[in-house]
Amino acid sequence: MKRTILPKLSSLLCMGSTLLLAGCDWDLMDPKGTIGLQEKSLIITSTIAMLLVVVPVCIMTLVFAWQYRAGNRTSEYLPKWSHSNKIEVAVWTIPSIIILFLGVITYQTCHSLDPYKPLPEGASAKPLNVEVVALDWKWLFIYPDQGIATVNQLAMPVNTPVNFNITSDSVMNSFFIPRLGSMIYAMAGMQTQLHLSATEAGDYLGESANFSGRGFSDMKFHALAMSDTDFNAWVEKVKASSEQLDNADYSKLAAPSEANPVEYFSHVEPGLFNGIVAKYNNGMIMDKSTGKMMHMQSAMSDMQMKE
Amino acid sequence: MLGKLSFAAIPYDVPILVGTFLGVAVAGLAVLGLVTYYGKWGYLWREWLTSVDHKRLGVMYIVLALVMLFRGFADAIMMRSQLALAYAGNPGYLPPHHYDQIFSAHGTIMIFFMAMAFMTGLFNIVVPLQIGARDVAFPFLNSLSFWMTTISAVLINVSLFIGEFSQCGWLAYPPLSESQFSPGVGVDYYIWAVQLSGVGTLLTGVNFFTTIVKMRAPGMTFMKMPIFTWTALTASVLIMVSFPVLTVALGLLGLDRYLGMHFFTNDGGGNQMLYLSLIWAWGHPEVYILILPAFGVFSEVTSTFSRKPLFGYNTMVYATCAIMVLSFLVWLHHFFTMGAGADVNAFFGIMTMIISIPTGVKIFNWLFTMYKGRVEFHATMYWTIGFIITFSIGGMTGVMMAIPAADFVLHNSLFLIAHFHNVIIGGVYFGYVAGMNFWFPKVFGFKLNEAWGKRAFWFWLVGFYFAFVPLYVLGFEGMTRRLNHYDNPAWHPWLLIAFGGALLIACGIVCQLMQIYVSIRDRALPENVDVTGDPWDARTLEWSTSSPPPFYNFAVVPHVHDLDAFAHDKEMGVDTRAAGSTYEQIHMPKNTAAGFFVGVFSLVLGFAAIWYIWWLAAIGLLGVIVTVIMRSADNDVDYYVPASEVARIENEHTRKIMAQAAE
Repeated sequence: MKRTILPKLSSLLCMGSTLLLAGCDWDLMDPKGTIGLQEKSLIITSTIAMLLVVVPVCIMTLVFAWQYRAGNRTSEYLPKWSHSNKIEVAVWTIPSIIILFLGVITYQTCHSLDPYKPLPEGASAKPLNVEVVALDWKWLFIYPDQGIATVNQLAMPVNTPVNFNITSDSVMNSFFIPRLGSMIYAMAGMQTQLHLSATEAGDYLGESANFSGRGFSDMKFHALAMSDTDFNAWVEKVKASSEQLDNADYSKLAAPSEANPVEYFSHVEPGLFNGIVAKYNNGMIMDKSTGKMMHMQSAMSDMQMKE
Repeated sequence: MLGKLSFAAIPYDVPILVGTFLGVAVAGLAVLGLVTYYGKWGYLWREWLTSVDHKRLGVMYIVLALVMLFRGFADAIMMRSQLALAYAGNPGYLPPHHYDQIFSAHGTIMIFFMAMAFMTGLFNIVVPLQIGARDVAFPFLNSLSFWMTTISAVLINVSLFIGEFSQCGWLAYPPLSESQFSPGVGVDYYIWAVQLSGVGTLLTGVNFFTTIVKMRAPGMTFMKMPIFTWTALTASVLIMVSFPVLTVALGLLGLDRYLGMHFFTNDGGGNQMLYLSLIWAWGHPEVYILILPAFGVFSEVTSTFSRKPLFGYNTMVYATCAIMVLSFLVWLHHFFTMGAGADVNAFFGIMTMIISIPTGVKIFNWLFTMYKGRVEFHATMYWTIGFIITFSIGGMTGVMMAIPAADFVLHNSLFLIAHFHNVIIGGVYFGYVAGMNFWFPKVFGFKLNEAWGKRAFWFWLVGFYFAFVPLYVLGFEGMTRRLNHYDNPAWHPWLLIAFGGALLIACGIVCQLMQIYVSIRDRALPENVDVTGDPWDARTLEWSTSSPPPFYNFAVVPHVHDLDAFAHDKEMGVDTRAAGSTYEQIHMPKNTAAGFFVGVFSLVLGFAAIWYIWWLAAIGLLGVIVTVIMRSADNDVDYYVPASEVARIENEHTRKIMAQAAE
């Protein structure tokens, strides 16, 4: 009997430890971006803080239940005892201390990891601007500074802050690259912002984290982090595409499609993103720097003047 | 003439639905046939369907909850099997159109028709007995609430066979749920089912709040009230404050869909986040509506089976009230990822964490109730101990997600799914099942089978961990909720394990059915019969009357001198029943079919409105109005039970107890 059980047990143990080791490549525990790294340590710190009380509670539950089981006549029985100031103070204080600790961390990380907060620029790396549009059921990425656009493929140089400006031209979605960190909703008529930076080259899963209908499951994209030279080469590759994205093509692109392949557009109509946001706001658009609403036309001429 | 309804609405091309329909039809006909064969229609109508007796309504609520549990679980196991299959190019057997309805229905049914119905059932059975009242404050409203809930459950199940259900998730976020993106009748089924059941729930809240505030036995001050009643009171307050918000949110969505308004649309000045804010201003209190009564059950069970009063009763009451208030200050944590400012997120994150303090205190109170007690391992204690451990873990993952910066990577992932099943199964469901095992003998006069009860527990507990720990892992692997198929090889083994867990839970449900069957079969065995009315040597008033209690609950209204009134009386040698005293006539409500008819007409109204059959909707609405007017004009709604009849029933019960004692 023993002989058959032991190998089974040891194989179970092996499996258990393999699973734990495999934990090292869980996306959130193996982040490849600055934000993700901080979120990983936040998750670990907070879990440890809570385990300080959860583990004793689980042990106490089992120990108390067993120690004071009805069959155990040797343990003390106090049929009237139902109050103790000392214990009451302890049970209010201990959770409060842990929550105080977590509350401080929460306040700090809410500010330090605010998705709207621009990441510090490196000496060489100028931030990359990307405008993201969630469509049914694909992602459109517009690179306003490069004048190009892609569908379902997002490229970025490593160690470079990326400023995402996100909206939707359909239902609500959530823009999420698990290995890099935070997600944020994409909503029609609204612009949300997200700041991420990859620390390592790679091809990471990007997805929508908010259910958006029939084609939701295939609303995935590749987030490619690469060196500066590779990124420049990638931009050239996109620029070499014969496809262009003007207003007419855009409405074709925006029509619902499922499991859309990667697409490159060598040219994109300037102001496309603002136009998408403005069309749900009677042609108005919010100026990000001032927070003021202005009409799309004047916003456009403003932009041209700046250029 | 028939609005949008046509034969095309019948999904006879979907084999799963045809099979389900046949199954339901055969089972339904079998039940109807049996009732007819035994000639029980009159009995069923007079004693149950038109009953205003809170105990009978409670039983019917729980029967409804169990039926809906099967429906909701069937959805669950289809989702898990779909995801076990639909990997690497295999589309699985459920196309998105069907799959999206399944997860939407699963959540809607489990919350509104399983958990809420189960909870209301327990309220009905326990609260009036526990406070020494003869019925609830508004017995007719109680019957009406039940029928509104039931017909809504019927309506949601009709969507299986006629038309389709919502494909927008259990909260139907716009703009996806707007007619532009969901032109079908699915969302309308959702809106009408939830709205009509909301009427029932709101009336339940009003009813139990009034009952508890106004109808407690003399001497039962608020701080002498049993904990379960306290939790029922706080849940009723939460219902009264939060359900109107749900009604408004869905009402506005309905206006968007039916009249082309723009509350939550993309264009025309609509704002989808307004809906999220409203729906969660209801939705978060809602989870406390569900969990607080479960906490109440665990408190009663732990103290009864530890043979001690509850540790820290006052703290428990304060903690419950604190949770009640705080539950209204946290709703934004359901959408931290909308891009609110850091300070807004921090406020709601910290408020959420603060709730874990009174919750933690409660857990310690249960622990110290067992401490220096004589813990009996009754099946209800199994569920309780399983709960304490499981819920602590679920609470921990909840606090993790309450930290906004951590939520930014965990939100909407399977981690979230694992978390809320962790607290809803491990907290709410375990609690309600413990409550069912605990109060079953009170209602039926015989106990539930222990062995099958414990088997059910083990399958549920182990099944839960197998089904949901993989989901925590999958959340860490970046898998989002509501996916229909996937390509990531790392996800596949975990989804297989989760499917295995769902199968174990299925075994748990089978054991629960067996438990009910075996208990009914062996109900006459001496060890199962509850003659005294107090099978567990328990502490509160419901155990002082007979099992099942007479329809008037208490022949003599008990006088309460202390917390745990019945335990106090037993100790002092006081006969709480006051057997053999001179009885007085008792004022009782008459049964009425009005609740049933309002329900049926509401069903007609809802169904007709879903399909745009306006003449039929008008008939339904008119039917509701006419029935309500007729009921309001009816003065023949109550009667007096003569003292002699009370004496006869009470003496018979006394004789039974004496006979049992003599044996």
